[in-house]
Amino acid sequence: MAAHLLKHIRSDILLITPAALFVLAFFALPMAQLVLVGASGDSGWLAYTSVLTNPRHREVMIATLLLSLAVTLTTLILATAAALFLGRSRFPGRSILIAMLTFPLAFPGVVVGFMVIILAGRQGLIGKVTDAAGMDKLVFAYSMGGLFLGYLYFSLPRVLLTVMSAVETIDPSLGEAARSLGAKPHHLLRDVMLPALRPAMIAAGAIAFATSMGAFGTAFTLATDIDVLPMLIYTEFTLQANFAAAGALSIILGIVTWVALFIARQLGGDGVAAAG
Amino acid sequence: MTRITARRPALFWAGFSLTIVLAAFLIVPALTSMLAGLTVNYFRGVSSGLTLKWVAEVLTLYTDTIWLSLGIAITTLIATLVIGLPAAWALVRRPSRWTRLLEEFITLPIAVPGLAIALSLILVYGGVGSLRTSWVFIAIGHTLFTLPFMVRSVVANLHAIDARMLEEGAASLGASVFTRFITVILPNAKPGILAGSLMVFTLSIGEFNLTWMLHTPLTKTLPVGLVDAYASMRLEVASAYTLVFFVMIIPLLVAIQWAGAKASPALSR
Repeated sequence: MAAHLLKHIRSDILLITPAALFVLAFFALPMAQLVLVGASGDSGWLAYTSVLTNPRHREVMIATLLLSLAVTLTTLILATAAALFLGRSRFPGRSILIAMLTFPLAFPGVVVGFMVIILAGRQGLIGKVTDAAGMDKLVFAYSMGGLFLGYLYFSLPRVLLTVMSAVETIDPSLGEAARSLGAKPHHLLRDVMLPALRPAMIAAGAIAFATSMGAFGTAFTLATDIDVLPMLIYTEFTLQANFAAAGALSIILGIVTWVALFIARQLGGDGVAAAG
Repeated sequence: MTRITARRPALFWAGFSLTIVLAAFLIVPALTSMLAGLTVNYFRGVSSGLTLKWVAEVLTLYTDTIWLSLGIAITTLIATLVIGLPAAWALVRRPSRWTRLLEEFITLPIAVPGLAIALSLILVYGGVGSLRTSWVFIAIGHTLFTLPFMVRSVVANLHAIDARMLEEGAASLGASVFTRFITVILPNAKPGILAGSLMVFTLSIGEFNLTWMLHTPLTKTLPVGLVDAYASMRLEVASAYTLVFFVMIIPLLVAIQWAGAKASPALSR
């Protein structure tokens, strides 16, 4: 019996070895090296505190956190409202509407950036409309505002899908019971719907947050001088050749996104920051 | 549930309007860009006429990026199949604390920004032979990033079909572990493998975060070419290039939906 079990365990190990070795060689070892490189600069291991001590790094870190929080909250509010509506109403054209809302799900960050340029760029739709309305031509694609719009575009379909499937698991009779007892719609929302949706909302929100923190493509498409953490890492690495700073900031960023996604996964979410 | 014929309350119309606005926000720029890629002069509008000359220009300028992306996506797919399928089976066969840890380990690369992974790969492997200038370097990065999607898709499928029970049946007939894997497990996990494969292929074609750092002037992929066009080409050409990308990716997306519904019928509506 013991020999039999041993044979089983051995074949399990054989089955998983190629994948484990691959991740070890091309992820774990390079990451460990990156941790060391992060500490190889003039300030040594103190480089890891630069987001607190270095004024420029701190400023960029705070801006990135604020942007990501703003994107997360806005996406959650809009997507939850739409998900509550779509999950509980049936009307002609509903499935087309859902298809439209989830169509951009697989757009890479660079294409999302281009969508922002189409909307708010120099030849953008918003500029045309404001110009035609006799106002100042509104162009904000190549700034923090454009990045906010881009991450909103990126996160809305994802959060919407997650929250909508949670809405559909809520027993409709729960709402009917509350209504028959005289509950107003906003009480129903506050006391029944939102508590039931909270895990899905936190999980989806964490994914939106992690994507906004770490995504690079959208920012890179819009402008290279937007002050967010991935752009700072990129310029430190390629323009300043400051590998230590780039390494330390990458590790810090990786820890932040990993923790956010870990929370998402604990709550049964997908835990996947899609390519941004 | 509200019935279609019933008079709808104000709350319905509020939700309806919000949802329409959100859908417009997502879909209008995509449609505008598709149209811009087919318009003679975007500034003057569609009245300037429709043309395929921008698409033709993209195909002459950027064909090599399209082929390279397809080649890398196929290589990535093969790599994730070869190392991912056995791993998925090992994770399902005997669930324990160790397999949970191993799964977490294999999944780590999607929790860390691609930029950081790319920097670490360059630091460690940038000087190894001609790897730095080879497209293989990009394929390695893509395999790292897409492997978890393949493994998870197949693991979910194997759980759903109760693969362990199937294997016990085959084992009682005296088949070896690897014979059972090839002849019993893989054929039964087909929907999960298909769904995972489509996902891996689509993600690889669109990947930019890792690819931008790993590419060289001779190994430009489609998204790298897109950024190039966004930065230096007129809006019509950038739009036409995006249109080419949409044409490649939309059939894949439809197939993912379809395969996903097949792989987990219980979850689909």
